[in-house]
Amino acid sequence: MKSDAVSWFRMQEMFRFQGFQLFGIFMTGIATSALGIFIIKRFKIKTIDGDPVKFEKKEFNRGYVYGSLLFGVGWGLTGACPGPIYVQIGSGLSIAVVTLLSALAGTWVYSYLKPKLPH
Amino acid sequence: MIDFFRQPWPWYVAGPVIGLTVPMLLLVGNKVLGISSSLRHICAMCLPANVPFLKYNWKDSLWNIYFVIGLLLGGFIAGVLLQPVHAMPLSEATWQNLQALGISKQNGILPAEVYSWSHLLTWKHLIITVGGGFLVGFGTRYSGGCTSGHGIAGISMMQWPSLLATVLFFAGGILTANFILPLLLK
Repeated sequence: MKSDAVSWFRMQEMFRFQGFQLFGIFMTGIATSALGIFIIKRFKIKTIDGDPVKFEKKEFNRGYVYGSLLFGVGWGLTGACPGPIYVQIGSGLSIAVVTLLSALAGTWVYSYLKPKLPH
Repeated sequence: MIDFFRQPWPWYVAGPVIGLTVPMLLLVGNKVLGISSSLRHICAMCLPANVPFLKYNWKDSLWNIYFVIGLLLGGFIAGVLLQPVHAMPLSEATWQNLQALGISKQNGILPAEVYSWSHLLTWKHLIITVGGGFLVGFGTRYSGGCTSGHGIAGISMMQWPSLLATVLFFAGGILTANFILPLLLK
C-alpha cells in the first residue's frame, strides 16, 4: 500500500514495462530475502524455538506450468495477486470482496478437480 | 517520523521490508511465506465437503490466517489512517494507454470505471472481476504458490520450479494486460 505494490495502476505500468517501481520492489525483495537465507544457512541460525531451519526442495510437476499461466491471466485481469486482494479490502474497497470470493471459489474448484487434472 | 509513514515509499524501502518477511517467518518457526495458501485454509475451514485436498488440520496453519488478517489491517492503516500526502506519479505513457481504454486519471489503487459495484453485472466486468479472481484462486493452487510464495520466497531459496512459475506468471500477466484486457474494456 505504502509503495503502490497493491495498486492496479502500478501493475499496468509494470506489465507494459513503463515503470520501474514494482520491478524494483520485486528484485530488492528477492535480494533481501536471499541475503537473510544465506545468513541463516552460513551461521546455522536456529528458530526461536531452537530448531534448525528446514529448507524443503520443491519437486517439479506440470501443474507449475498450467497453474502459473492461469494465475498470470487472472493477475492481469484483476491487477491483484492474493496479497493485494486482502490489502484492497482492508483499505475499504468493498468490491475486492467479490475478487476474494471468486478466488476462494477457484481454489475450491481446483481442490475438487485436483485428482483429474494433469500434474 | 509520522511524515515518513505518510510519504509514499520508494522501491528500495518497500522491497527490503517485504523481503525481510521470508527469513523472519523461517526464524519464527520454519514457516515459508505464501499468501495464496490462506485461500486453501479458508476453504478447508468453511467448506471441506470431503474433498481430499481440503481434509487436513488447517489449525496447524493458523499463522497464515493471522498473516492475511495483518494484510487487512495494514491496508486499513496505510489506506485509511495514513492517507498519503501526495501520490507517486505514474508513467505518462501508462496514463495515455489507460485513457484510451476509458480510464481517467485518478488517485487510489483500483480504477472506478472497471471495478465497482455499479458496473459489476455486465458480462465484461464479470469476466474481469469474477473470472479473474477465479483464475487467481485456481491458478495459484494448481501451481502451488503465487507472487509471494514462488516469486519472493521460492526464488530466494533457489527453487527452480518457483523461478519457472514466476516467469510464467509474468508471461500470463503481460499477455493479459496488453492484449486481453484492452479487448474487454473497448
